[in-house]
Amino acid sequence: MAVAARLASLLILLALWQLAATLADTRTLPSPSAVAAFVLREIQTGGMLFNVGVTLARVAVSFVIAMSLGLVLGVLLGRSRVADRALDTPLLVVLNTPALVITVLAYVWLGLTETAAIVAVALNKLPNVAVIMREGARSLDPGLEEMARTYRFDRRTWIAHVLVPQLQPFAVAAARSGISLAWKIVLVVELIGRPNGVGFAINYYFQLFDVTAVIGYSLVFMTVMLAIDTLVLQPLDAHVRRWR
Amino acid sequence: MRMSDAGADPAAVLTARIARKVYRSARSEPVEAVRDLAFAIAPGEVVCLIGPSGAGKTTTLRILLGLDRDYEGSVEPDPRGGAGIGMVFQDPRLLPWRTVEQNVRLALPRERRGRDLDALFEHLALTPWRGRFPGALSLGMQRRVALARALADDPRLLILDEPFVSLDDAAAASLRGLVVDTVDRLGMSVLMVTHNVAEALEIADRLLLLSPRPASLVATVPLALPRRERGRAFAEATRRDLARLYPGVIAD
Repeated sequence: MAVAARLASLLILLALWQLAATLADTRTLPSPSAVAAFVLREIQTGGMLFNVGVTLARVAVSFVIAMSLGLVLGVLLGRSRVADRALDTPLLVVLNTPALVITVLAYVWLGLTETAAIVAVALNKLPNVAVIMREGARSLDPGLEEMARTYRFDRRTWIAHVLVPQLQPFAVAAARSGISLAWKIVLVVELIGRPNGVGFAINYYFQLFDVTAVIGYSLVFMTVMLAIDTLVLQPLDAHVRRWR
Repeated sequence: MRMSDAGADPAAVLTARIARKVYRSARSEPVEAVRDLAFAIAPGEVVCLIGPSGAGKTTTLRILLGLDRDYEGSVEPDPRGGAGIGMVFQDPRLLPWRTVEQNVRLALPRERRGRDLDALFEHLALTPWRGRFPGALSLGMQRRVALARALADDPRLLILDEPFVSLDDAAAASLRGLVVDTVDRLGMSVLMVTHNVAEALEIADRLLLLSPRPASLVATVPLALPRRERGRAFAEATRRDLARLYPGVIAD
């Protein structure tokens, strides 16, 4: 039923788009069929797969870096008052720095390189992960802590069966919000300083004023990211909550 | 009771001498929670600690378990060194993301985690629930799991914190029956904290009556009549006597 409703709303949206495009009859609002034709052509020439692949690789690498550093930092901040006092302000500063500023500075300081692009994306995402994980580490159940101490849980047991299960929902939430943030920022980063990727392609077709291509690339990339969320992250979320 | 009396019995499974426990906080006046509370528990003895709500019973338990070390006095043997205490917390404090069986096994030292627990689960009627998550169980069943966890490593002393509170009468009676049965069968000592006098009169060998805060010992009441021979008349008569003698602790 839910799937049918989603499908119906999608079809209605497509029909409205087609209707608007037909009525407007202008280059700036291409019809769904024109966009689909472009996507097919671009897939055949190989440009689509190459650019989406490059962008996905950037998302993946910066995602892994930001998640691992953010997890460690967040747990540290949540568990240690000293660390939290010392690092809270820098964290707030980075959290409130516009993505564009971080990106420009990364390119200025590290050059127009792949490293700079990855660092920019990771740095944009890291504070979010850290803040979510800090919440998780702060909300550990004190009753379970006492139980674990009473029963003299060793460190390994405590980590695997008391700490990690309490942090898991926060880690999955951080991953889900993090990946949507990362893929939006990665396009900006590519647009500014990379010679390939979806962000580069969108900028290229924008210069040519080819709206069909811009929409085509955005739709394909959005579909890929939604698929990752639905096929990987949501099942993961359901898995860590299975005991509820 | 003088402080020195409590330490006299070398056979005791637990000897506590808490001279003073004060909660200090930057924002408010210090609160004295316990003063001059000393008692010992003999092997096989069932002791009930009775006191009004907020008297410092939980504080006392935390000290006995080694969770609170900021007090004047001593607890022997040192709870940090593995004193053979099995603890049943009031809120069962199970790991909700682990199964009933895992909850019980994880509380065992690593080398004994694989031991045979079939008899224990069977005795507590938990066998059909071994693979379930605690969230699928009623509070009464969750307390049974907590009891199984406390018993799994053959403790010398079982500590129960208000184990029958917020259960319906049937669930409370069945859990009470299980506890009595377990104690009779395995012969460990029990320290049960409660504010329910009737409950204590049903299973205790000795009552420790606590004053309102700061908790100190008002009286020690031995109950000589064997558990099986106690009936309604005994419970009511004893309760009336206690209420007359210690009106501050036991309501009529």
